[in-house]
Amino acid sequence: MPTVLIGSARDIVEHCGVPRFVFSDFPLGNPCGHPWDREMQRTTLGLALDLLESARGPRSTVQLPFAWRPEDPAWRERYARVRPDDRERLLAIGDERRRRFGQPPRS
Amino acid sequence: MTAQAVTDAPVRYMERTRLYYRALGYDNDYVWARHDAVPFTPLRKPLSARTVGLVSTAGPGDRSHRDARNRRQVWSGLVASPPASFDTDVAWDKDSTHTEDRESFLPLEAAQHFVAAGRLGRLAPRFHAATTEYSQKKTIEQDAPEILRRLREDGADAAILSALCPVCHQTRAWSPGTWKPMACRPC
Repeated sequence: MPTVLIGSARDIVEHCGVPRFVFSDFPLGNPCGHPWDREMQRTTLGLALDLLESARGPRSTVQLPFAWRPEDPAWRERYARVRPDDRERLLAIGDERRRRFGQPPRS
Repeated sequence: MTAQAVTDAPVRYMERTRLYYRALGYDNDYVWARHDAVPFTPLRKPLSARTVGLVSTAGPGDRSHRDARNRRQVWSGLVASPPASFDTDVAWDKDSTHTEDRESFLPLEAAQHFVAAGRLGRLAPRFHAATTEYSQKKTIEQDAPEILRRLREDGADAAILSALCPVCHQTRAWSPGTWKPMACRPC
């Protein structure tokens, strides 16, 4: 079945390899466009439809011509960023996850 | 390299994820799925003569797609009457955005717009929630074939997949009739 994927995390998707990929360089969560921006969302889906038709082979990628909000240029730096002063807090989060999922305690 | 170039480069999620989970105290890094040969099926008819199905990684807000052990199961909703809210409890960027607008991750209205405009022949009557599962066996042997079966049952002959979170599962690695996920810790 012909498929096209709309998503972020370009490195992961291209590492895996998909037939067709529309890359939205946005924070994870809104691959189809900014929340409530219907025009952007239509344009995004339109580009996905274009790629469904135009791709001639696998690993065909196009990037959306949109940027995340200009007032928030630091979003790329925030996601899952590990800072040295966060070490103890993150280890505690990990310990809680291991308990919650029945995983062995940290060695 | 300038500071601007660093800022504008796409996030390196694989590296970011490895470092994050090491900081949580895990010593076994993720191994992401990889297709040595990426499958490809050409679109042999124009989209105006196609029926397209939508697949996302969001389930219904009432969490009826989760079983007694809280494991997600394949779930389908009607395009004509989608749930008022969605379960988006996966690893999206909660510090930078929100998922209150369904169209930002499941473009039902946008797809209907293209049907009305004649760009798409038809939209399949159901959309489907992929499971973002952590079991490769379950994903490959149960969930992916089930979604494909449902797509075909609806008459879909092409699919659009939109991923809220492709970081720690590889549900998106769709190929005709199969998915190729990774083994992964729960989001």
